[in-house]
Amino acid sequence: MNEMSKTILIKPIFKENPIALQILGVCSALAVTTSLQVTLVMCIALTTVTAFSNLFISMLRNNMPGSIRIIIQMTVIASLVILVDQILKAYAYEISKQLSVFVGLIITNCIVMGRAEAFAMKNPPIPSFLDGIGNGLGYSLVLIIVGTLRELFGAGTLLGFTVLPTVANGGWYQPNGLMLLAPSAFFIIGFFIWILRERNVEQIEKNEFPMSAHTAEKGAH
Amino acid sequence: MEHYLSLFVSAVFVENMALMLFLGMCTFLAVSKKVDTAIGLGVAVVVVQAITVPVNNLIFNYLLKDGALAWAGLSEMDLSFLGFLCYIGVIAGIVQILEMFLDKFVPALYNALGIFLPLITVNCAIMGASLFMVERSYTFPESVVYGVGAGVGWALAIVLMAGIREKLKYSDVPQGLRGLGITFITTGLMSLGFMSFSGLTL
Repeated sequence: MNEMSKTILIKPIFKENPIALQILGVCSALAVTTSLQVTLVMCIALTTVTAFSNLFISMLRNNMPGSIRIIIQMTVIASLVILVDQILKAYAYEISKQLSVFVGLIITNCIVMGRAEAFAMKNPPIPSFLDGIGNGLGYSLVLIIVGTLRELFGAGTLLGFTVLPTVANGGWYQPNGLMLLAPSAFFIIGFFIWILRERNVEQIEKNEFPMSAHTAEKGAH
Repeated sequence: MEHYLSLFVSAVFVENMALMLFLGMCTFLAVSKKVDTAIGLGVAVVVVQAITVPVNNLIFNYLLKDGALAWAGLSEMDLSFLGFLCYIGVIAGIVQILEMFLDKFVPALYNALGIFLPLITVNCAIMGASLFMVERSYTFPESVVYGVGAGVGWALAIVLMAGIREKLKYSDVPQGLRGLGITFITTGLMSLGFMSFSGLTL
């Protein structure tokens, strides 16, 4: 693999993370992370759809009239999602029940649309495919972290196996029920963004209304 | 009547699209900086939800559902796998028609909503409401109530959020949390507040 494809693949994972920096695809990131197993299935589904939609749209890009490109993109994406949904229903029915509407919502997931529009429309198929995988992995990274934290501290298990034995089962860990509820997902992503931005200082947003310094220091007492 | 009222209240508060089900988050975070624009977008979402959910309900019940094509003599047909493609098509089409209609007949409203209408096509709250409607097999009147309720709930959440953010921008937030980070945590606190509605029935 040459240098350029490597950059295309790696960059969206940390530097330009779709969730933390580009604010794309947040909805599903919050909703499917109560257990790690469901999270992993969602990550695989989204990465596949993003990669292949990028590939096909990039192949079609020179034959697409500009005025109807959004509809064509939507059709490509929706067809891929139908495929994923049917496969999940056939081979992993329990998980597809838990994911409920969120597989369908991959269609409106801004990562897929955003990358198709921003990258696949301007680049040849192979780099577009890699960009799709990269962005899928960037999304997966955030989701897996959130999913691990929520399942571990919320239920004391990981992928269904007991890690922290809970009080209810004769262990010592008092599970934090809040972790399984909606608000905790917001808190975890908020703190994740904080940590990420402390490391990549250039991502910090500018303060619109900076606090002015104290005046009249001498007369303060 | 009571049943519909209960469905409406539950769609607005208990299962609030934005705060409890995390739908439409991208737009929710991006367009909640000012109360005025938030109200504009909120109204647009209510209108689009109120139209698309019932229309998708009709399409599902009379075209796609297993055996739904019996009126055309095709009682063996099950087209429900085409659902996603149809719903998104309907949403995109209706948004487009609504845009042209408003442009022609209600220019004042068009100018107020103009930029938000195209954004709504890719708002997952709209698609989500249609998918929930199918999953819970609502009847036609139920789908009307649910569509309006889901829209009102989302609009309420984004207007509240914009109100908080208007005040928040003057506060002294730690560097890394500025902007997106603190918005997430505020949303989390709001969602905690909305949890007090859970279990509410009429």
